Amino acid sequence: MLNTLRDTYSVLWVDLRVLRRHWLRTLATSLVNPLLYLVAFGYGLGSGISFEGYSYLEFVIPGIIALTAMTISFSGAGQKLNVDRLFFRSFDECLMSPISLYSLIIGKALIGVVRGLISSTAFLLVGFAISPSLKINILFITVLVLSCFVFSFFGVLVAFLAKSHRDMSTVSSLVLLPMTFLSGTFFSLSQIPEALRIVLYLLPLTHSSQCLRAATLGQPFPWLSLLALLGFGVFFFLASMKVLKKASV
Amino acid sequence: MLNDIIVTENLTKNYGKIGAVQDLNLNVHSGETFGFLGPNGAGKTTTIRVLTTLTKPTSGRAWVNGFDVVKEPDNVKKEFGIAQQHMSLDRDLNVKENLQLHARLHHLESSERKRRIVELLDYVELTEQADRMVMALSGGMQKRVMIVRALIHRPNILFLDEPTVGLDAQTRRRLWELIRRLNRDGTTIFLTTHYIEEAEALCQRVGIIHQGRLIALGKPLELRQKLGLFTVETLANNTDTQYHYFSDRAAAKSYVQNLPPELKTIIIRESNLEDVFVELTGQKVSED
Repeated sequence: MLNTLRDTYSVLWVDLRVLRRHWLRTLATSLVNPLLYLVAFGYGLGSGISFEGYSYLEFVIPGIIALTAMTISFSGAGQKLNVDRLFFRSFDECLMSPISLYSLIIGKALIGVVRGLISSTAFLLVGFAISPSLKINILFITVLVLSCFVFSFFGVLVAFLAKSHRDMSTVSSLVLLPMTFLSGTFFSLSQIPEALRIVLYLLPLTHSSQCLRAATLGQPFPWLSLLALLGFGVFFFLASMKVLKKASV
Repeated sequence: MLNDIIVTENLTKNYGKIGAVQDLNLNVHSGETFGFLGPNGAGKTTTIRVLTTLTKPTSGRAWVNGFDVVKEPDNVKKEFGIAQQHMSLDRDLNVKENLQLHARLHHLESSERKRRIVELLDYVELTEQADRMVMALSGGMQKRVMIVRALIHRPNILFLDEPTVGLDAQTRRRLWELIRRLNRDGTTIFLTTHYIEEAEALCQRVGIIHQGRLIALGKPLELRQKLGLFTVETLANNTDTQYHYFSDRAAAKSYVQNLPPELKTIIIRESNLEDVFVELTGQKVSED
């Protein structure tokens, strides 16, 4: 057990060194999108709109935190792994070390979690300054951390499956981008016709944003969504393990 | 055999319909420099990938220092270090960090890590480069870093996959010196190459591989003796070079004296492993 923890840290250590070298640039670029959404939708379009009894700003900030956690965790975990695997081919070094697949996958996912948490927290501080009614409680933190794990494992899975860099950006365009806009992030899902709403509940970000919003605005908490989110996390983790095991054949 | 540190038994690896390695039976003695010689695509890298647990055999077995590569991969991983053919250092890290990563992954304690890295960088005269990003180094330096990285955990075996490809002649000589030194200091070396001179310069025993099959195994001198230690090359105007082999220089000379005078070029020289390969396969090792 201790070995697994130590090995997981060794895998994470690489990405932490890289992050340390470029942390300011990484942080700054990761904040551009959420701040733009905040200004364009939160202030620009949203003033005067209210959803579910809350001002648009109160409504949209948790949504933006959720999508930020998603995009940063996904690319944080997936990007270097994909490049190392396909292009630099330096991933073999990890595969030839006496460490378990668990350590490898969790270690690679953790950098996504670290980056996701740094960026969402940075944006959260901005959000807090704008809308002090936001509640930061254990539930909120739990959901945020869990969301980062879910999308980090998704990033690891796609990095293993992708046969080219184009595959990674295809997933970004076809999966992440629609989730960014449709998963209850910018508008309430009560506005959506039932049929489409059901489809949207199949997306992990929907559950993530609903849970975050409920936790921070003190709404009744959608425990089923939390369970669904956990389910997605477990699924992506197990799928990553399976793909990696098959790769050494 | 008791002191065989690498053994394969009918090792076969197929990728779909492609038979990359077929029924390979080889053994490497502990402490020797063993060369796996063959043209590109012959199956050398595939064999190494099986021995280093990156890929599983389709059939057959292999043992590294007694550990089965399929059943005990973690034990196998402690027995070897490898410098792969491609530049496999992490480009986002500097030299020292690349070595630290390997040391961590192989469970060296913090103080031992530091000590070992200083020691190894000194061994290959790269102490000045410790803090430089790996992409700032020359190809030869990168190779040296990859080789010492492989040695951090003091493995018994060092795999070198095409160690001098892409390097100039001078750098190649320096690397050969390093490899000889490593072998003298006790490491068994398994190298693959398609350079005849490299196999002849470094290896006590060679295995010649062609289209996935081992076609010769033994000491270079023995393989050449089987063929004939001396070669006579003859070139006429419109035909390909002809090769004839003789067991000693006297026999070669007497053959030459009886040759027709219209032959444009006649060369008497010692046979080499390329001749062995050509005779066995009808092809040259270095097609390029």
